[in-house]
Amino acid sequence: MAADSKPAEAGHWGKDIRSDLHVAIEPRDSGGIELGLESRVAPYYGEAILAQTRQVLEALGVKNAKVSIHDEGALPYVIAARLETAARRAGLSNNNKALPDKIAPPPASTKDRLRRSRLYLPGSEPKYAINAGLHGSDAIILDLEDSVHPAEKDAARILARNTLRAVSFGDCERMVRINQLPLGLEDLAEIIPEAPDLILIPKVEHPGQVTQVDNMIAELKVRHQINRPIWLMPILESGTGVESAASIAAASENVVALTIGLEDYTADLGVVKTAEGRESQYARSRLVNAARAAGVQAIDSVYSDVADMEGLRRWGENSRALGFEGMGCIHPAQIPVIHSAFAPSSAEIEKAQKVVGAYEEAQQRGIAVVSLGSKMIDLPVVQRALKLVARAKQMGLA
Amino acid sequence: MTERVELAHNAAQRRVPTMVNGKPQIPYLGVGKYQPRGRKQAPPVRSSKDYPENGDKRVPNLETALRKCGLRDGMVVSNHHHLRDGDKVALLTLDAAANIGVKDLLWFPSASFPSQQSAIDLMEKGVIHHIEGSMNGPLGDYCTQGRMRGMGVLRSHGGRWQAIQDGEVHIDIAVIAAPTADAFGNADGSHGKSACGSLGFALADSTYADHVIVVTDNLVPFPCVPWQIQGNNADYVVEVESIGDPTKIVSGTTQITRSPDRLRIAEFVARFLRDAGIMKNGFSFQAGAGGIALAFVDYLRRMMKEDGVKARFVRGGSTKYLVELLQEGLTDYILDGQTFDLGGVQSIANDPRHVATSPFTSYNYHGKGNFASMVDAVVLGATEVDVNFNANVVTHSDGRLLHGIGGWQNCLFSGCSILAVPSFRDRIPVIVDEVTTLTGPGEMIDVVVTERGIAINPLRKDLLDAVKGSKLPIRPIQDIKADVEQICGGKPARPKLGDRPVAVVKWVDGTVLDTVWQVG
Repeated sequence: MAADSKPAEAGHWGKDIRSDLHVAIEPRDSGGIELGLESRVAPYYGEAILAQTRQVLEALGVKNAKVSIHDEGALPYVIAARLETAARRAGLSNNNKALPDKIAPPPASTKDRLRRSRLYLPGSEPKYAINAGLHGSDAIILDLEDSVHPAEKDAARILARNTLRAVSFGDCERMVRINQLPLGLEDLAEIIPEAPDLILIPKVEHPGQVTQVDNMIAELKVRHQINRPIWLMPILESGTGVESAASIAAASENVVALTIGLEDYTADLGVVKTAEGRESQYARSRLVNAARAAGVQAIDSVYSDVADMEGLRRWGENSRALGFEGMGCIHPAQIPVIHSAFAPSSAEIEKAQKVVGAYEEAQQRGIAVVSLGSKMIDLPVVQRALKLVARAKQMGLA
Repeated sequence: MTERVELAHNAAQRRVPTMVNGKPQIPYLGVGKYQPRGRKQAPPVRSSKDYPENGDKRVPNLETALRKCGLRDGMVVSNHHHLRDGDKVALLTLDAAANIGVKDLLWFPSASFPSQQSAIDLMEKGVIHHIEGSMNGPLGDYCTQGRMRGMGVLRSHGGRWQAIQDGEVHIDIAVIAAPTADAFGNADGSHGKSACGSLGFALADSTYADHVIVVTDNLVPFPCVPWQIQGNNADYVVEVESIGDPTKIVSGTTQITRSPDRLRIAEFVARFLRDAGIMKNGFSFQAGAGGIALAFVDYLRRMMKEDGVKARFVRGGSTKYLVELLQEGLTDYILDGQTFDLGGVQSIANDPRHVATSPFTSYNYHGKGNFASMVDAVVLGATEVDVNFNANVVTHSDGRLLHGIGGWQNCLFSGCSILAVPSFRDRIPVIVDEVTTLTGPGEMIDVVVTERGIAINPLRKDLLDAVKGSKLPIRPIQDIKADVEQICGGKPARPKLGDRPVAVVKWVDGTVLDTVWQVG
C-alpha cells in the first residue's frame, strides 16, 4: 500500500438516488482486487458492471484494493467517473484517467449562433444529463460552480469530462461553467481536452481574468490537438464587473457573449432581487451596450421561479426589448417560453422581409436609395431588418 | 404445487401450461381465432319467498353471513378493488373465513393491493390455496418465488368477466364492499364516507355468484338511490364500522408528472392524435391516471381548444383532468370504469353526463360487442415493448410479477392503441429485442411514443401516411432500441427464469397467452 493512500468514497446511493452509484475503495498492500456489487440493475447489467469496474481499475493502475459498489442504475460513463474519483481520492490513480468511449462530437459552434436558451445542469448530479439535449434548448451548461458542493468539485469535474465524451446533446451548444479562478483553472485542465464549445467564466471583474482563461485554453488546445473554437462567455456578477463590461467583452476574440449573474449582483448592491428586475435595469442595459460595442451577444440571467411561466414570459419579453438575445434556464419547461419570448413577432418579421426585399431590389438595380412604397428607408433600418430576418431564419420562423 | 405441468407452444410461440389448477387450458390461438361455444353460466334458481318480505337482509357480522352462505373448504370467494389500497373488506372476509376454520379457498379478487399482503399469512396457514387475480409487491414476490400452492391466473378486467360468464371460474361467495347500501342490498359507490365512484368491478360477481354479501359502512333506509348493485342479487347485508381508509381509496388529486422527459412523451402523444387526424369533432379517447396519461390529457385539452374540437366521449379511469374536459364542454360524456380522485368522485355523484360503466359494457369478450373497440385512441403504459411491438405490463424485466393487466389488454382493441413509455428507466431498457412476459400481441399495438421518438407499427400504413409531413419525430422502433442500447452500454442480459410456471397470463378470450416462471 502506497504511503499516502487511504480509504475513500465517491458518488451517492440510496432509495431516492437514481442513475448514480457509490464507490468505496480501501487500498491494500496485496491480494488483488476484491469486488463487491449491489445494483438495482444487477439482472441486466451486473456482469457488465463487474467487467467494466475491473477494466477501469486496471486503466487507473489500481492493483490491490477492496472496492464496494452500490449502484442505482448509473450509466457506464458515470460508473467510470465515480470509480476514478474514488481512486484519486484514495491516492491510488497516479493521475491516470479512465476515459469512457467517445461519441462523435457535434459540429463546431459558431461565434454568432443562436443562444436564446441555455439549460443549467448541476455538474455532480448524473441523472439530468442523459436526456437534457432532447428538450430543444440552444445550449446546455454543465455547471461546476454554484450547484456543486465544495467537497464535490473534483467529482463534478471528472463527471463533466466523461459527460462531454459520452453523452449526445443533439444540436445543443455544449457549455461548461467553471469555478471562479484559480479553482477554475483546474476545471479547464480536465475539461478542455474534451473540446466543449464554450466556457462560462463566473464572477469576472476585470479583463485579465478572461485573458488568463483564454491563454490556458489556448495552451491546452495545442497540447491536446484541438482544432475547433472554444468560445468564452464571461459572467458579470458585481458592481465592479458591470463597470468593466466593455473591457471584459473586448478582452479576447473568443468572447462571444456577456452575461450577468443577478443573485450575486443584487447581493453585491445590497438590494432585493425582484420579479420585475428594476434594481438591475442599469446593469443589464450597461451590459447590453458594452456587448454591442464589442460586437458580442448580450445574454440575460435566469428566471428562478420555475412554476411562474407568465412571469418568465414577461421577463423574457422585457429582456429582448432591452437588447438581450437570450437567457439561462433551470428547467426544461422554461425553454419554449423563452424561445417564444425572444422570437420576433410575425408582424416584425413580415415588415423586415419587406425592407430586405426592397433593399435587395435596390441593390440589383444599382440604386443607392432604398424605398418601400413612397417611403425612403434609412440604412440602419435595412441593417436591423437584415439581422432580424437572418435570426428569424435561424429560429425557423422565416 | 406438486402436479407435473405439460407445456405447449401457443400461436405467439410462447410456452404455456396446458393445465392450470386442475383445469385444461386452450393455448392462445391468435387475435380473434378462438370461438367459444355453449351457454353462459347462471347462478342457482332463487325464490323471493326465501327472503324477508320487509327486505331486511342484515346479519350481525361477516362471519355469520359467510356461515349462512355455506362457506366450506375449497370454495371460490371474490372481492373487488374499487376501494383500491384503502380496502378493508377483502381482509375482513378472509379473516372471517379463517375464524370459521375453512381451508384451501381460491381467492378471486378483481385486483389485489399492497395493503392486502397479510393474505400471504393466510396462504401459509392453508386458509387460501391460491389467488387468481393481479398480484404485486410482496404478494407478487410470493407467487413469483413459487411459494403459492396453485398457479396464479392473471386476467384483464374484461377477461375476469369472460371467465365468470363462461364458467372458467365459478364464484361461490362474492363479498362486495359498498360505500352506501340499504338493508335490501342495493348498493352504490358515489356517496358515503368511503365513496369511491363506480362499483363496476363487482357487477359480474353480483349476478353470477351463488351467494352475494354486501358490506357497508353507510347503511341508508331503503331505497339506496342510485343503486349500481341490485339488492335483488344480494343474500345478506353486513354493517361494519369502516370498509376502507378514505385517504387510500381516492387520492385528493392525481398529479401530472413533473419529469421533463415524461412531459415530452405526453406532448408527443397529444400531437400525434392531432397530426394523425384522430383528434377531430366527435372523437373519443381513453387515458388512465398515470403521470404521463394525465399530462397527455392536459396537452390534448389545450390542442382541442386551439382547434375548436370536441369529443363525443372520453373513457376513464376518471380524474379531475377528465372532469375539466366535461365541465369545459370539450366532451359530451365521461364513461367511467373507475374513479381515481376526489374530483372524479364528486363529478360522478353530481353530473349525469359522468356515467359509471362496468367491464361488461366496456371490455367483456362474451358481450355482443363492447365499448373498447369503439374508442378512437387509447394511451397506455408498459414495462417493456419489443421490436415487434409486443408489450409486457405484468412483470418486471427480470420476470417478477409487477402488476395486473387491468383493462390494458381490452383497451388494445381501440382504433389506435398507443404505448407512452420512456425508452429506458435508469439503466433498464424498455425498448428491447423480446419482452420477458407477453401481455399484448404486437399486432394490437399501433404506436409506441418515447422521449426519443415515435415508432409506428409498420402494419399501420394508414397511420404512417397520416403523419407524413408532420414535425413529429417518427422513427423505426429498431432505431430507438439502438439508441437505448448505446446509452445503457449494450443489450441487457436475458433474465434468468426458472422452468416452473407460477402463473399464467390470459388473453381476453380466456386462452393462455404466456407464462410467468419461478424466479429466485
